[in-house]
Amino acid sequence: MTPLSAAFLPLTDSAPLIVARARGFAEAQGIDLTLVRTTSWATLRDRLVYQQVQAAHMLAPLAIAVNLGLSQQPAKISAPFKLNVNGNALVMATEFAAALDPEPAKRVRDPEATAHDFANAIGLYKRKPVIGVVHRFSSHALMLRYWLGYAGVDPDRDVTLRVLPPSFMVEALRLGEIDGFIAGEPWNSVAVAEGLGEIIAAGVNIWRRGVEKVLAMRTDWMEANSDTVDRLLVAVSQAAAWCDDPANREELALLLEQPEHVGQPAEWLLTALSGQMVLRQGDGPVDVPDFLLFHREAAGFPWRSQALWIYSQLVRWGMVKADAASEQLAGNVFRPDVYRRALGAAGVPMPGASMKLEGALAAPLPVGAHQGALTLGPDRFFDGAVFDPDDIAGYLAALAHRTE
Amino acid sequence: MRIVIVDDSGLRATVLEEGLREAGYEDIHVVPPRGAFVAKLERMAPDVVLMDLGSPSRDTLEEMLAVSRALARPIAMFVDQSDDAMIGAAIDAGVSAYVVDGLRKDRVKPILDLAIRRFNAFARMQSELDEARTALADRKTIDRAKAILMQTRGLGEPEAYALLRSTAMNQNKRIVEVAEALITAHSLLGGQP
Repeated sequence: MTPLSAAFLPLTDSAPLIVARARGFAEAQGIDLTLVRTTSWATLRDRLVYQQVQAAHMLAPLAIAVNLGLSQQPAKISAPFKLNVNGNALVMATEFAAALDPEPAKRVRDPEATAHDFANAIGLYKRKPVIGVVHRFSSHALMLRYWLGYAGVDPDRDVTLRVLPPSFMVEALRLGEIDGFIAGEPWNSVAVAEGLGEIIAAGVNIWRRGVEKVLAMRTDWMEANSDTVDRLLVAVSQAAAWCDDPANREELALLLEQPEHVGQPAEWLLTALSGQMVLRQGDGPVDVPDFLLFHREAAGFPWRSQALWIYSQLVRWGMVKADAASEQLAGNVFRPDVYRRALGAAGVPMPGASMKLEGALAAPLPVGAHQGALTLGPDRFFDGAVFDPDDIAGYLAALAHRTE
Repeated sequence: MRIVIVDDSGLRATVLEEGLREAGYEDIHVVPPRGAFVAKLERMAPDVVLMDLGSPSRDTLEEMLAVSRALARPIAMFVDQSDDAMIGAAIDAGVSAYVVDGLRKDRVKPILDLAIRRFNAFARMQSELDEARTALADRKTIDRAKAILMQTRGLGEPEAYALLRSTAMNQNKRIVEVAEALITAHSLLGGQP
């Protein structure tokens, strides 16, 4: 058995790592997997960078930011696997939400109209809205910025983004320290259940296939331990498939409920797993399809174009200066070559390409795959913009032009 | 040199603060990571910030360090790449340190060394305290079980204890486990717990 430690944060999308251990997928691959529960992204990053663990459940933008030297000590880390796709929602205080469409389901289904309504609501609100985000380099923050930017809202000027741990969001909303927040489940559902806020947008409806957490590892360790890496990827990929199977939902929720895992009541965890979201206290659940994906449509495949989309957003919001070296560094964080090597023999459908246009699919599309049949789901951005990884400057110019 | 300790545990912060004072540092402030603690920190303009590695508020602190315009000089994590052992010890002990730009390494190292020692000492204290608490709770459970045996079987105290002990030995269990089982069974059968 190869001993291997992996750090995670207690969130629903840590499921593939937890299942890899608890259901024996790691053991079957000869890996003695130890999970290290961590309470902040900073500590998870430090444990990985300083080699206290070999792998980590990491925010995809944070993995890129560490390589670019934007988050404390620069280090080379790689993401050969995506742990999930989607899973976030935006909650706003009831008082703020009152200025939006009265029908919560319509707000979530029509993010274009809701973005415009949101922009108008800012002026009507008692103060500049303070919105909680889990981290500067989180998919959540980038998605919120993208959505606000569409309606001409400057996220650095017209609202205040405040970084708070997800578990503090509900309390901060209760105390009036924030007026809303974007986070992963179960925190959105908790805020709704307590009548403090309403879910007004779901990540899946902003970018239909949004990058979320990756399995990150130090690049030097990954390259020196290819056999272990391959076995780990097989185990986590099998675990992700298990997590995606609706038949396992209840068991998964009960597993995540345990205090050493996520440590929240199973009923709260089930909402994200089933996509049955209660948007406002007292309302019935609304079906939000594809709220969270673990495995289907090769969800784990780390498209380099997705890493570059994240890079484009870091440039857009002035977090990094655009240059060819940074672009190359960011794109290389995602390692489809390692994914192919590890899972090629495991019978996982394998995309033929490593880059694609992001946001070009309005409907499911069967694509070229090396083995098995692979259908990619619709991956549109809500505003219809298409990201061409070969023309980042053109993409950013078009976005800037539109909001002028 | 102004040192700010950001910690949720009042006791650990005190243990660390005392140590730093004994070592001759005087300008020390303790801030719990709650509410608007970053604004408070910004006003203090610290040279060194020590924070529990397990605090969920580390991301909030790092955000402040990344965007603050109020701080005259940038503060970043203390990292001396040449000293992996120290970084490992800090992470093991659960300390993170942020240091103002330009502060010399030899001035920071003693502070971090001290923080590591104090954090470790606190963790030991905590586990000894936990053990003592468990021991006390175990004794109370065993006393209740003895009382049940004395009452229902008319045994004296030494005999009741001997019975618990021999049962535990025969079943390869701890005495407290046998005592717990007995208390549960007794209350299921309608006895007073």
